[in-house]
Amino acid sequence: MTDYETHRYDVIVIGAGGAGLRAAVEAKSRGLSTAIVCKSLLGKAHTVMAEGGVAAAMGNVYSEDSWQVHFRDTMRGGKYLNHWRMAQLHAQEAPDRVHELEAWGALFDRTPDGRINQRDFGGHRYARLAHVGDRTGLELIRTLQQKAVSMGIDVFMECKILRLLHDASGAVAGAVGYWRPTGEVVVFEANAVVLATGSIGRSYLYTSNSWESTGDGHAMAIWAGADVIEMECVQFHPTGMVWPLSVRGLLVTEGVRGDGGALKNNDGHRFMFDYIPEMFRAETAETEEEADAWYEDHAHHRRTPDLLPRDEVARAINSEVKAGRGSPHGGVYLDIASRRSPEYIRRRLPSMYHQFLELAGVDITVEPMEVGPTCHYMMGGVRVDPETQAATVPGLFAAGEVAGGMHGANRLGGNSLSDLLVFGRRAGLGASDFAEASDRSPTADAAQVDAVVAGALAPFGRDGGESPYAVHEELQRTMQSLVGIIRTGAELSEALEKLGELRDRASNVSVGGGRAYNPGWNLATDLPSLLTVSTAVTQGALARRESRGAHTRDDFPSADPDLGKVNFVQRQTDRRGFDAPIHIGPEPLPEMPPELRELLEEGH
Amino acid sequence: MTEGIADPGPASEAEAEEEPTVTLRVWRGDTAGGDLVDYTLPANEGEVVLDVVHRIQATLAPDLACRWNCKAGKCGSCSSEINGKPGLMCMTRVDELPEGPITVAPMRTFPILRDLVTDVSFNYEVAKRVPAFAPAPAGPEGYRMQQVDVERGQEFRKCIECFLCQDVCHVIRDHEDNKEHYAGPRFFIRLAELEMHPLDTNDRRELVRQRMGIGLCNITKCCTEVCPEHIKITDNAIIPLKERVVDSSYDPVAWLGRKILRRHKRSAEEAAAAAPH
Ligand SMILES: Cc1cc2nc3c(=O)[nH]c(=O)nc-3n(C[C@H](O)[C@H](O)[C@H](O)COP(=O)(O)OP(=O)(O)OC[C@H]3O[C@@H](n4cnc5c(N)ncnc54)[C@H](O)[C@@H]3O)c2cc1C
Ligand code: SF4
Ligand code: SF4
Ligand code: FES
Repeated sequence: MTDYETHRYDVIVIGAGGAGLRAAVEAKSRGLSTAIVCKSLLGKAHTVMAEGGVAAAMGNVYSEDSWQVHFRDTMRGGKYLNHWRMAQLHAQEAPDRVHELEAWGALFDRTPDGRINQRDFGGHRYARLAHVGDRTGLELIRTLQQKAVSMGIDVFMECKILRLLHDASGAVAGAVGYWRPTGEVVVFEANAVVLATGSIGRSYLYTSNSWESTGDGHAMAIWAGADVIEMECVQFHPTGMVWPLSVRGLLVTEGVRGDGGALKNNDGHRFMFDYIPEMFRAETAETEEEADAWYEDHAHHRRTPDLLPRDEVARAINSEVKAGRGSPHGGVYLDIASRRSPEYIRRRLPSMYHQFLELAGVDITVEPMEVGPTCHYMMGGVRVDPETQAATVPGLFAAGEVAGGMHGANRLGGNSLSDLLVFGRRAGLGASDFAEASDRSPTADAAQVDAVVAGALAPFGRDGGESPYAVHEELQRTMQSLVGIIRTGAELSEALEKLGELRDRASNVSVGGGRAYNPGWNLATDLPSLLTVSTAVTQGALARRESRGAHTRDDFPSADPDLGKVNFVQRQTDRRGFDAPIHIGPEPLPEMPPELRELLEEGH
Repeated sequence: MTEGIADPGPASEAEAEEEPTVTLRVWRGDTAGGDLVDYTLPANEGEVVLDVVHRIQATLAPDLACRWNCKAGKCGSCSSEINGKPGLMCMTRVDELPEGPITVAPMRTFPILRDLVTDVSFNYEVAKRVPAFAPAPAGPEGYRMQQVDVERGQEFRKCIECFLCQDVCHVIRDHEDNKEHYAGPRFFIRLAELEMHPLDTNDRRELVRQRMGIGLCNITKCCTEVCPEHIKITDNAIIPLKERVVDSSYDPVAWLGRKILRRHKRSAEEAAAAAPH
C-alpha cells in the first residue's frame, strides 16, 4: 500500500491560471473550504503569457459596442459551432468581470477621459480589448493571485495531479497526484473538483504554450468518463516567431497588427488582400488606403484584412510560404517598423520589442519581424453546462481552456481571458452549489490510489527502456506533420496508427534518478495525457469531413452545412485510461433562440 | 566530473572535433551537497542558456532539475546564477557570454531543493503579510483614473516575480536571520505600488517600517541592476517609501498635509489586522 498524505476540502480547483484562480475566489467567498493545486509555482501559469488583452464590450472607445455585437463576432468567428448560451453569457458578463478586476487592484491602460482603454483585435468589430501594454495576462494573473492569497485560499504549488478519484456511484470525489519537489504522493478528497488545467499545446512541436500544457485536464476528464467535444478544433496562431529555431513558436501578439502592423510576403506585397473569404467580404477593406484609414476611423471604413480571424490568416501565411513567397526562415514578414514611430512601438508593444531584440537580435522599430503559424489554443474540451460549468460526470466542473463549447471552431483573440473570468466564476459557483447540496463525505479509495501510483512509478522499475523525451519528441513530430493546420484523411489515419505505436512505447519508458524534482520522470507521467488528447484530436479531425474554422481538411475543402449542426462528442465508457479506446460520434448542437439568431445576420 | 558530447551523429571523429561546441558547468546536487558538472554539446545558433539546459535534459541528464515556463522572460521561473551573475536562463544568449564553459548555479539566497531549483517559499510567505488592496466602491461604469496616475503603479506591476532582486539583496543573501523581519525589494515595490495607487485606502506605513524592515535597506541598488523588467526599484519605490515612512514617524505636519490631500487611509494596525497571518 502506498503511503500518502490526505487533504479534505469542499472544493478543489486543479489549475492556477486565470480560470482556476477565479473559480477558487468564488468558492472561497461563498464560505467553502477551497484549495488550488498547480504544477508550477503560483503566478507562473500559462495565463501569465497572454499579451494583447481581455475582450469585453464596455464601449469605452466605441460607444456603439454592446454585448450583442460581441456575441455576434464570437459566433461568426467560431463558425457557429459555439454553444450559443456560453457565447451569450460570455458577452453579457465580461464587462462586469473586468471592472471587478479593477476593484481587486488591476491597473489597466486608460482612455483620455480616465476609463479603461480598449484595443483592436482580429474578428472584433470594435476596439474591445482591455489591456495593459502587451502584458495583460500578467496583470490578470497577479491580480487574481493577490486576491486569492488575501482571502487565505490554500495553494498546493508544484503538485501534479495524475488522476481523478471517484466514489462508488462513479461521481468524482477527489484526485491523486504527487509533490514535484519530493515525489511524494498526495490525495485530495473533495465534494466538487474544478478542472482549470489549460491547454494541450505540448502535443505539437511548434507551440506558444509552456511545458505545463500537456492536456492533463482534458485527459483526466476523459478517463473519468466525462464527454469532451470539438477536440479537432486546435488553433494555430498566425504569428509565432520562426527564428532562431530555439524560440520557434513563441508568440507574437496580434496586438502588433491591432496597432498598425501589416503582413507582407517577400515581394513586399500585403497578401492578406488576396485571401478575404466570402463570409467577411462585406466588412473587410479592399484596398490598402481603406485598410489604413480604418485604424483612425472605424465608423467610416472597413477593417484591414490583416485582422481577419486567426484561422484565415494562418492559412493565408501557410499558402504564401508554400508558394515560395516566404521569408528566409520559412515565415512571412510582419512589418510595423515602416508604419509606426519607434516611440509608439516601444510604448504600445514593450515586451514584443524586448523579445525580438534580446532573442532574435531584431529591432522591430527598424526591421520587420519574421513570423509563421504556431500551435496556440485548444477550442475543444470538456463538455459543460453553460450556467454551472458542470461536466457530464457528477462532481466534476471545468473552466477556461480545458472546457469546450464557448469558442466553437475558432476562438477570437481576447476572448480567452474573458472566458476565464466569466466561466471561472461560474464554475466556482456551480462547484459551491454542488458541494453544499451534497450529503456525501468523500473518502479516497485506497485501491484506486494504489493503482494510479503504481502506474506513475513504473518507469523507475524498468531497465533499458526508452527515454520519455524521445517518445515525447516523436509524438510532437507526428502531430505537427500529420495533424497540423492542413489535414487529410490519409495522414490522419496514419497518425492514429503512429499514436497506437507511441502508446506502446510510452508504456515502456524508463527513467533514472530519484523522485525528487526529476523532470524526466515528470515528463513520463505527462505522456499518458499527451497521448489521450492527441488521439482525441486526431479522431475528431478524421470524423469532421469538412473544413470549418481552425479545422481544415484538404480533402474536404468547404464547410458542410449538416456538419455545422453537430458536435463530435468523445468519451470512454467501460474501460478507461490512456490505453483504452475513446468512442466518438456526432450529437446535435443546442438550438439557438430566434432573437439571438437574428443578431447573427448582417447589419448588427 | 565531465560527461561527453551528446549524439555526435554519423560525423567522423575528425569532423566532430571541428564542430563548435558549448559547455555548461551546472551545479548538481541537493540539500546534502553537490558539485559542478560539465556537459558539452554541439553549439546551435541563437540559443539561450535554457535551450542548452533542455538539450542536456533530453540527452545527457534527464533528471537535471530546473524551473521554466514561458521561455520569453515573462514568468520569472528560470532564475539562476549564470557565470556568477543572477539572471534569467531564457533571456541569456549563449553567444553573448564570454567564450569557455558557462557556469550555471542555483540562486544562492534560497535553500536548495535540487540542482538549479531552490525553495522560494520565503517570498510566498512575505506575500501573505501584505494587506490587500482596499478601494472605495466603484460607480456603475467602473473607476475613473488618469493614465499618468496609473503609470507609476504599472511600472511596479511589470514585476514577474523572478525573485532575482531578493537573491542579490545582501540583507538576506548574507544574513539568513534577517528573513524573519525583512520583506525584500520585490515586496517594497508591491507596498510602494499600493501606497501610490490612486484608489487605495489602506495606510501601510507603520507596517512597512516595523514588520517589513525597510530600514535595513541601505540603497546599494543591486536589486535595480539585476531586475529583468528594468524596474527602478530603489529610485522609484524604496526611496519614496522610506521618505513616507519617515514622514509618518517623525514629521506629523508633513503627514497631515498629505493625509488631507489623499483620502482616508486605515492605520497600520488596522491594515495589519486585515491581512491574513
Ligand atoms: C503567448 C500567449 C498569448 C496569449 N494572449 C492572449 C490574449 O491576449 N488574450 C486572450 O484572451 N488570450 C490569450 N492567450 C490565451 C490564454 O492566455 C489562455 O487560453 C489562458 O490563459 C488559459 O488559461 P487557463 O486558466 O485555462 O489555464 P492556464 O493558465 O494554462 O493554467 C493551467 C493551470 O493548470 C495547472 N495544471 C495543469 N495540469 C495540471 C495537473 N495535472 N495537476 C495540477 N495542476 C495542473 C497548471 O499548473 C496551471 O496552473 C494567449 C496565450 C498565449 C500562450
Ligand atoms: S537597494 Fe536595498 S533592497 Fe535593493 S539590494 Fe540594496 S539593500 Fe537590498
Ligand atoms: S522586481 Fe524585478 S527582479 Fe524583483 S522579482 Fe520583480 S521582476 Fe524580478
Ligand atoms: S522561462 Fe519564463 S522567465 Fe524564463
